[in-house]
This record gives sequence, structure tokens and C-alpha cells, in this order.
Amino acid sequence: MAGKSLLKRVDWLTVLIYLALLAIGWVNIYSSTFSETDISIFDFGTLHGKQFFFIGASLASIVLVLALEASFYERFSSLLYIIAMVLLLGLFVFGKTIAGATSWYDLGFFNLQPSEFAKVATALALAKYLSDIQTDIKRKKDQLYAFLVIFIPAVLIIPQPDPGSALVFFAMVFVIFREGLPMYYLGMAILAALIFVATLMFGTIWVSIFVTLMVVLFILLKKKTFKVPIIPVVSIAVVAILFSLSVNFVFNNVFEQRHRDRFSLWLRLEKDPAKLEQIRKTIGYNTYQSEKAIESGGFYGKGFLEGTRTKGDFVPEQHSDYIFSTVGEEWGFVGTTTVVLLFTLILLRLVYLAERQKNPFSRMYGYGVISILFIHYFINIGMVIGILPTVGIPLPFFSYGGSGLLSFTILLFIFLKLDSNRLKEGI
Amino acid sequence: MKKLLLSSIIVLIGITFIGRLSYLQIFSFSPDQVLEDPAIKAIYDYPERGYIYDRNGKLLVGNDPAYDVMVIPREVKPLDTLEFCKLLDMTKERFVKRLKRARVYSPRLPSVLVHQLSKEDYARLQEKMRRFPGFYIQKRSLRYYDTSAGANVLGYISEVNERDLRKNPYYVQGELTGRTGVEKVYEDSLRGKKGVQYIQKDRFNRDIGKYKDGDLDVQPEQGKEISLTIDKDLQEYGEKLMHGKWGGIVAIEPSSGEILTMISGPTYDPSLLVGRKRSANYSKLHYDSISKPTFDRSISFEKSPGSPFKAINALIALQEGVITPSTTFTCHHGFYIGRSKKGCHCGGGSRNLNVGIYKSCNAYFVGAYKKLFEKFPSNAEAMDSWENHVRSFGLGSYLGSDLHTGRPGSVPTTDLYNKWYGTGDKRWSAVTTYSNAIGQGEVNVTPIQLANMTAAIANRGHFYTPHILKKIEGKDITNPAFTKAKHTTIDKKHFEPVIQGMADVYKKGTAKYVQIPDIEIAGKTGTVENFMVIDSVRTQLTDNSVFVAFAPVDNPKIAIAVYIQNGYYGARYAGHIASLLIEKYIKGEITRKDLEKRMLERTLESEYAKPYSGEEFKINEYDWSKHALKPKTEEAPPSI
Repeated sequence: MAGKSLLKRVDWLTVLIYLALLAIGWVNIYSSTFSETDISIFDFGTLHGKQFFFIGASLASIVLVLALEASFYERFSSLLYIIAMVLLLGLFVFGKTIAGATSWYDLGFFNLQPSEFAKVATALALAKYLSDIQTDIKRKKDQLYAFLVIFIPAVLIIPQPDPGSALVFFAMVFVIFREGLPMYYLGMAILAALIFVATLMFGTIWVSIFVTLMVVLFILLKKKTFKVPIIPVVSIAVVAILFSLSVNFVFNNVFEQRHRDRFSLWLRLEKDPAKLEQIRKTIGYNTYQSEKAIESGGFYGKGFLEGTRTKGDFVPEQHSDYIFSTVGEEWGFVGTTTVVLLFTLILLRLVYLAERQKNPFSRMYGYGVISILFIHYFINIGMVIGILPTVGIPLPFFSYGGSGLLSFTILLFIFLKLDSNRLKEGI
Repeated sequence: MKKLLLSSIIVLIGITFIGRLSYLQIFSFSPDQVLEDPAIKAIYDYPERGYIYDRNGKLLVGNDPAYDVMVIPREVKPLDTLEFCKLLDMTKERFVKRLKRARVYSPRLPSVLVHQLSKEDYARLQEKMRRFPGFYIQKRSLRYYDTSAGANVLGYISEVNERDLRKNPYYVQGELTGRTGVEKVYEDSLRGKKGVQYIQKDRFNRDIGKYKDGDLDVQPEQGKEISLTIDKDLQEYGEKLMHGKWGGIVAIEPSSGEILTMISGPTYDPSLLVGRKRSANYSKLHYDSISKPTFDRSISFEKSPGSPFKAINALIALQEGVITPSTTFTCHHGFYIGRSKKGCHCGGGSRNLNVGIYKSCNAYFVGAYKKLFEKFPSNAEAMDSWENHVRSFGLGSYLGSDLHTGRPGSVPTTDLYNKWYGTGDKRWSAVTTYSNAIGQGEVNVTPIQLANMTAAIANRGHFYTPHILKKIEGKDITNPAFTKAKHTTIDKKHFEPVIQGMADVYKKGTAKYVQIPDIEIAGKTGTVENFMVIDSVRTQLTDNSVFVAFAPVDNPKIAIAVYIQNGYYGARYAGHIASLLIEKYIKGEITRKDLEKRMLERTLESEYAKPYSGEEFKINEYDWSKHALKPKTEEAPPSI
């Protein structure tokens, strides 16, 4: 297999969008961490200097990823998965604690975050398991195993604590859906989420009334067309109402105050201006500042290196999780929309690529990649622009962080390698 | 379906994000948020306020540097309180209290810890301030007055209030603005324009450099120096003469309308409203509701003009052709209104215009007034014509001067009498309104209007709107409102006989005891009845003493109106003070030292105390030992 032909077979649109995001991301990291005293942009003492190095390392890793045989990933996926899990377990003993989370190995020149690589390994392992001829996703037992592949890393990551990263693994449920998990699982999950939010916003009584009304209407309207399974429908309604009751209990007794505050901020539950101000200064400080920074950018933004709030470090973690607020302040609506469109485009392109795979493993891995990238993009930007509660996960290809960038790059390019190889199946 | 699910979710989320972003960045965005941005701090650089000079270039108002010790509570580090208090010369309790108050106001914003240090304290402290983080010295500039006169003209400056802030976005809390007088009217010129520097802050409120490299910074613009039309010496001298007297004096240069002096008594030293004692002094002045030192009588005191107004009536009668200079009226030591006889103190006999004026004969002017009404088919038309003539002298209006306050006075109208007596030619007439003929009754004027009226007579029929500003930055004003003559409705030829009469007031009339050697003056005395409500009873007080004059007669340099409350007859106080001021202005020195001494010493405090004594009192007393010269043929009060 000649290198030249490989270059022809790689999906260049995805590569271009990837490079564009990388470049825009670095420019904004530069702006967020820039100070007048910096001499060189390649100074490793600065965060943007380090990120520049990480970008270089990522590009090098692409060569490696593309050079390996496509079959290597399928064959060694289980092994990679086991290695990743061991690394996660090892954190409990050898882990380095940064900002309260024991998520890193100290490699001297570089802190390695195994949870980032566990995402790649899990995506591979899940695809491997689901594409196995003996696996039938309609079977309850196989469903359970598939879920286990996802849950094991999540369970290992939650106590670090890093609930944000753990959340990412749940997103891979999408892959299982794509491969035939009955849709009512998703329906249930969406219903549960809706009831949770609705209960917090309107209270159990209104939710109960609404649910009862819907059930009665459903039974009355559909009675003529087919025989309504009254007992299951009513029991769903009863469970929904019980769930709504338990939401109140969990919210008030199990959640801690900071969780409650996050939700009341997110759902605009708090009406008392004094308390709202208090929340803004404490738990909601990040969100408030990032929203304000984005807002102050206006349509065209303040310009490169001109973001006053960015310069003044008003938004915490602006080079990592809140990098999108820098885009908002300095590049305005034009910049933010461009980034959102780039992400939308790359995700849609990946869906298209995944769907054209003949090899089920490649397709399922593709869906794993999409799920992981999508959940990061969705939760990160949603949080930064204030429509989702605060969950600390990075924006792919954008946020500062070596492990993240490297693992996202490897994640993506393994798929591009598989895609480039799609016509050579069986060789 | 499953293939599409993920794609549609991706698109939906993209649309949601863009929707939210457009809400934030397009709909919520406001372009003037630079001021709200916590990352940008504006530091203001205040230019020095413009100096104020008099017409001859003598300094009236300058500036003095002052130094405040400021504190930013949250930047204060633990310090040697004892040493610091010793440096500032304050007790520890006071220091702790002030610091606490500053913290309550704002931990982040500067507050004043000690107001206005002396220059010596400043020099001593400046070196050591560095050792006390959170404290610094702010230089300010305070007004410095090179005169103790002219408080009413100059006005004062004070901190802007909520209303100023709402009205003019230029100001920021804590800044100063002209509150009254020239300081207020010419605020924009005097103030200059403050400079501003935008500083980039980080979230710990530390400076991290200039915002946009200082591109938006504005250099301060110096306040402009202005020259007033006021003559400093004359103003100071006039205020000395007004010592112990209430009333107003205004002198105008007839050929330009420039206000030479504008005196209100009682007044106060403008320096009282500067510095540490400002608020205590202000309360004292502001709450003196009896003598009202902050009330500018020279422009806001409306009273009947009295006899000087007879000159206007003479001019109107001449203009309307109802009299000639030789027309005579007989004075029977008074005149008849219906069946009742009203007195006149001119001595009685046949009076022509000249004698009528210089002896101030009431009967003559009432006669002329009646003849004016006889000329017109209806009283209403006569009244309208009369009112029109009177108003052409600037009476009954604000004049349009550049003074910060003032009153319009009043001129009666047909409508007024219709309202009082009813509409119809029989309801009222010249007889009903005869008081207008002798300057009592419904005509009310302020001293500046009287002075302006006199200037119009001195100019033989025109005047320039009185104004206070002469130059800005050394350039003469060109405002046509002040440099273009306004013409009265009276023809020039009618002025000579009236002016002759007014000149004879000095030579042989009611003011012959106030002559000035070598200066020919035309003037008119006035003695105005004066009422006050005491315990809800309308009580008559000692008459007001009024005098208007201009000099020299042929080439008038000064027109002056003096209105002294409770000064009794016209020549007694007003006449003397006017003659001294004219002499001072034209000759530069006073030759009549004994008169000057008397005027400087005599006060009317006893008169002003009468209504408040709670005891019975006499009015219009002839206690010559206490007051001015004994009258011989002086005009006595009209007993209408």
C-alpha cells in the first residue's frame, strides 16, 4: 500500500475542518493566555507555547495512526481497552492530583490523563463487541455486556472525581442505538429527563396533572383505531408520577447545595435578586462571566487580542473549558457562528462517512467517534453560553490540554484510517 | 430513521446554539458597555477651572490647589495606626470610624479620608504615603477669590447632584459644577473638558496596562479664562457702601449694555463657600430667611419703581402728543381722584414738564396720564398703547441677559384690569389706574430693569441688553443679542426735555444735595411705599429709597439704579450712594470724604429689626442724627 494512494483515500474535508478548528483554537488559546511580556509564541513557559508543541505532537501522531494497518485497531481493540482500564485503576495508586481531581500520571515533562485515551479504547472495544458475529443486540444479555463496556470506565472515572468525563462514556449509548437497541430506551430516558426538569420548574402537582391528562387523552383518542394496552400505559403514568415525586426528594435531600444552585441557575428557578446575585458570585460566577464576555463581543467582536474581559482574566479556565467565550468576545457572533458551523459540518460529515462503511466495526467505531465528539461539543458550548449546567469537559480540538488534543486526534484519525481502507475489506 | 436521528440532533443543536448566540451577541449587546465593563476603568484628569477677571483685567477668581487623603479600603494592609494618625493629625477613633464608613460606601472605590490638607501637611505626607498601601493623595483645585465682593455675581460651584447627572451625561458623581452666578452660566467655558484614560484591569482589579493602547483616551482641555464687564473696584466700593443696608444696585455702561456693577445687600464673602467650612457656612447663609444674603436683590427683587418711572410716563405722553414740554398742570398741593384728594409735596402751583420732573410733582403726571387715556377712544386701547411703550424699555421681561437668575417684574395689562374690574369701558379708567402714573401700583421692576431703563434714557431711545461677559480667552464677545441695540418706541427728540428735567433734579430739584463737583448728572429720585405682612396684618414700613441716574449728561458713561429698602426718601440713601458710585467710577476717587464716611458708617439695621421686634414702631422717622442729611426741599413721601 503506497503512501500516495493513502493520501488520496483519506477524507480531506474532515481533515481540513480538523485543521481549521485546531488553528482557530490555538489562536484563541494564544489570546487567552497572552500577556504583553511574552517574547516568543513558541516559549514553552507559556500555555500557548505548550499547546503549540501539543499540536505538533498530534500531527506526528496522525502519521503514526495512518501508518498502522487498519486491521490492527480491530484486532487489538480488546487489549487497548484492558490497558486503558488498568491505567485508570492505577490512578488510585499513582495518580497525580491537580485541582482536586486525581486524573493524571506525572511523566515529568507531561501530565498524562488516561481518561482521555480510555475514550478511544472504549469506542474501539464497543465497536468490536457489537460487530462480533455472536453478538445480538436484541438479546438482553448482550445489551447488558454492551452497557458494561461503557460503564466500567465511567465508574472508574467518577471517583477521581471527574463526572464530566464519565458523562462522555454514556454518550456512546448512541452507538448501541444505531445498532438496534430498541428506541423505547431512548424514549424512557428523554421522558425521565423531561419529568426531572419539569418537576423542578413547575412542581410535582402540575407534572402529575399533565401526565394524567395526556394518558386520558391518549386512551380516548386511540381507542377507536386500536386496542390500547391500558395497563402498561397507566403503569407508565404511575411510574412517571412517582418519579416526579422522587425528583423532589432527591433534589432536596440527596443533592448538595452547589448542585441545587447549578440547577436553579440553569433553569432560572431563583427569582430573589439578592440570592441570584449571590449565586452569580459563587457557583454561577463562571457562567455569568462567560455569558457577559460573549455578549460584550457583539456582532463583529472586539478583535484579536482586544478582548478586555479575556485580558482581565474575568472568565476562569478561559484557555481550557471556557475557550469558546474568548471566541465570543474577540470574534463576536461571526466567530462563534463559524465555530458552531464547523462543528456541525464535521459531525454531519462523520455521520455520512460512518454510514458508508461496509465493515460493521468501522461503522460502529465511527458512531463512537461521533458520540464522543458530539457530547463534548454539545455540553461544552451549551455550558459556556449558559443553556446547560456547568460540567467541566473540554471543547474538542480547541481547549488547552495535551492529553485531550492527542486523544481526540487519534480518535478521529483511526476512523479516517478505517474509512480510507473501506474498499479493501478482506485483504 | 435511525440514520437520520443523530444527524437531526446535530443540526437541531447547531440551530439552538446559533439562536442563543444571536440572543446574546446581537439582541442583548449594547455598544456603550465600555463603562459597565469591569475590565475597563476610566481615570479622569481634571483641567484647571478657568480664571475670572474684571473688565480691567484684575483677577476676581483663581484656583488654589488642595489635597485630599483618599483611601481604597480593600487595598489597605495592616499598618501602624498610631504613626499614621499622628501624620494625619487625627485621633485613632476618628480614623477607625472614617475607614469603616469608607468600607461601607465601597471597598473597591476610593473615598475621602481627610479633606483638604494644607500645603505644609501635603509636603510632609507626600513622602511617607508610599509606606501605607491603600492610601493616596488626590490633588484637587479649589476656587480662590481675590476679592471679598461680588458673591452674587460670581456664584459658587458645588458637587453635582442626581438631577445634574441625569440632565448632562458629561458629569460623573463627585465632580463639581457651577451652581449660581457666572460659574453656572459660563460653566461650559470655565470647566474645560476633563481628560480620560482607560485602564485595562484584571479580575483582581489590578492595572494591567492601557486599554487599546490609549487610543480612546482623551486629553484634558483647559478651562477658558473669562473677563466680566464688572468693575472690581466699583463692585467692592459699592458693597462697602451697602454695609448694613438691604437692597440692590446695578450700574450699566449705556453705550454697550455692560454691567459695571451688580450689588445685592446683604451679601457674603464668596470665600465662605470654599473649603472645609463650606457646608456650615452655606447652611448659615441659606437658612437666614430674614435678610436672605443668598437672594440676589439686584436682579430678583421686584418692587414698585416709584418716581423714576415718571420719566417713562413723560416720554410716553410726549410721544403720543398729549403734552408738550410747555403743557402745564396745576398742583393744588395734591390732586383729586373723584372726590378724594391725594397729596403732593412738590410745593404746589402751575407745573410744566421741567418742573414736574425735578420737583417730582404727582399732580402733573396724573394729569398727563389722564390726557393719554382721553386721546384714545377706549380705555383698553389707551392701556395697550401705554403698556407697549413701557415694555419697549425692557420692563416686564427677563431682558435676555446672561445672568443665571432674575425676575421679569410686571407691567399691568388690559387683561389684568379686565380681570380685576370687569370688561367694559366703564369698569375702569385712567382714574382707577392712576397709580401707574407715579410708579406705584401695578408696575414692578427689578434694580437691573431700572438701570436698563435709565440707560435707554441716557442713550436717547435705545439700549443694549445688559450682560456680564466681556471676553472669553481675551476675545471680545460677538453675540448679537448683546451687541445689537434695541430701540424703544419713543422718538429721540422727546428725550431732551425729559433729560433736562432729570438734570435739573440735581441742579435745583429733589437731589440738589447730592451734586458731584464737575460732573453733570441726570437723575430721578423715588420714594416708594413699602408694605409687609406682619402677623397677617398688612403693615406699612418705612419707605424704600430709590434713585436712578446717568452721567455725564451729554456723553453717558454710567447709568445706575439704586434701590435701598426702608431708606426713606429717594435722595436720603439711594441718591447719596448713587452719587458716590458715579464719582468713583468717573473720577476714580471721592472728593466728598464726609459724605462717604457717613454713608459707610450709617446702617439701617434698626429699621430692619422693627418688624421683628414685636413692638409698636414708627415709620419714616426723621432722626437726622442717625441718618443722612437733613432735607430742605426734598421730596417727601406721597401719601396716597
